[in-house]
Amino acid sequence: MAVATGTGRRLHRLERSALTGVLVREIVNFSSYWRSATFSSTVEPTIYLLAFGFGFGSLVSRVAGYDYVEFVGTGTVATAVLFSSAFPAMFGTFVKYQFQRTYDAILAAPVDTEELVTAEALWIATRAGVYGCVPLVVALFFGLDPAWGMLVVPLIGWIAGFGWACFGIMISGYAKSIENFSYVISAVLTPLFLVAGTFFPLGGLPEWAQVLGQINPLYHCVELVRDAAFGFEGWADLVHLGVLVAFGLLVWRIAIHAMTRKLID
Amino acid sequence: MTGELAIRLRGAVKRYGPITAVDGLDLDVPVGTCVGLLGPNGAGKSTTMRLLTAQSIADEGEIEVLGFRLPEESKMARAQCGVSPQLDNLDVTLTVEQNLLVFAHLYRIGRSERRDAIQRALEMANLVERRDSRVDKLSGGMRRRLLIARALVHRPRLVLLDEPTVGLDPQVRQELWALIDALRSEGTTILMSTHYIEEAQRLADTVMIMSHGRAVAAGSPAALVAEHAGREALEVYGPPARLVEVEAEASGAGLRTRRTGTSVSILGIDGNRFGADGERRPANLEDVFVLLTGEEIA
Repeated sequence: MAVATGTGRRLHRLERSALTGVLVREIVNFSSYWRSATFSSTVEPTIYLLAFGFGFGSLVSRVAGYDYVEFVGTGTVATAVLFSSAFPAMFGTFVKYQFQRTYDAILAAPVDTEELVTAEALWIATRAGVYGCVPLVVALFFGLDPAWGMLVVPLIGWIAGFGWACFGIMISGYAKSIENFSYVISAVLTPLFLVAGTFFPLGGLPEWAQVLGQINPLYHCVELVRDAAFGFEGWADLVHLGVLVAFGLLVWRIAIHAMTRKLID
Repeated sequence: MTGELAIRLRGAVKRYGPITAVDGLDLDVPVGTCVGLLGPNGAGKSTTMRLLTAQSIADEGEIEVLGFRLPEESKMARAQCGVSPQLDNLDVTLTVEQNLLVFAHLYRIGRSERRDAIQRALEMANLVERRDSRVDKLSGGMRRRLLIARALVHRPRLVLLDEPTVGLDPQVRQELWALIDALRSEGTTILMSTHYIEEAQRLADTVMIMSHGRAVAAGSPAALVAEHAGREALEVYGPPARLVEVEAEASGAGLRTRRTGTSVSILGIDGNRFGADGERRPANLEDVFVLLTGEEIA
């Protein structure tokens, strides 16, 4: 007996229509929870900004040549990007995989794991790019001078957000249970968040911590945003950008690998 | 049999560690027919379904779906398949229509056809009135209908239904049978897994009985019954001691029996005279199933 012949054009990797399909699902879903997502992604870094800016700011008026509020206002952009990408990626991926089984439904459609992970990361990156601007806007109200360079901050947030989103998806891909996230948050994300030059310059830290800071993508995001606000520094900023892009590409591939192992048995 | 095959499995094997979930399975699903995989929980039905969408990758054997070789060409096969999973994975905070809209995009329906495709799916599943309801406000039966409608939005050539009525009330189950039957009469090829004998008997052109990852028998429900269980069975009721006696008498007469709760069914009795008194009834698929697998079902 003959087997029915396949018809239609051949499908390739990373197809736009597959990415669009997953993105549409996220956008339609976002319409039902945007309030809470926006609240947590903007209020938290703003609290950090105000608490450190005024609390610390009353002790130290200038840090690394900037007003402390300006220093923290530009630094917490990276915090907002991290909070609105790594955390939703970790928890969202786990929930969609484990509890809602959304990914089972999507992978039964003409979408591959690679496309699924990529689209999810693109979506989270876009949100992070927007939410990342909130501390900057708040800081503008507290005396930060506007600058043309600030217009690229959403793009910086998007690139860093893509990397952190992939990082979160990767962790979710390797996690056996949602409780495992505690280890990652305490042992990885909290130190990276503190040793990033957000609230104090790395220069005052012991040498090992400075080295740690140099390999921390969040540090490069902080520096890039600060230079966007106060003036770019050529090669140094290209290095910062290069680190963010390299980090994004690396964790992107690892996230795809981890999720393929998890979703396809 | 003539005609093309929508699904062809040869010697498919899928192991999970020490467990072999699918153990050398051959399966043919001719285009335009409805094939039912019948078996108890753990027979390998759901794993077989996952193999067909390449969400599980077979350790051995050949799998072709709509002419595409799996797993390499699975994405092209999936574009023309609709899948209704056993476990509900609808987006519960979205409306009925939004759920269909998302899948209209995932299945690459063009902008100009999207609205009609969603309308048609809503009509088939009898959910037009509920298009704006959030999924978490729907009854279990409606959610199941939506799950199937979601699989039909792109007019697939092949539909995979994994336990389409599991956990539903008998009345609601009938509604879903009507939906599946309508689909079948439109000429859509269907592969359905079920552990409900009646469901397989009513809907499937061909039933394949599965047990421990293997195909035990395949054929039309009527042919399977005729071949393996004969025309009639004699159902004998009585206290346990009496049932043991009857079983012994039957096996002495070369007849096969099975326990059905409070009675013993003596199978393949057909025209024969048999000493014990009991009710004669037509043989059914359940008799076949128990005879072939030694297991009770559902």
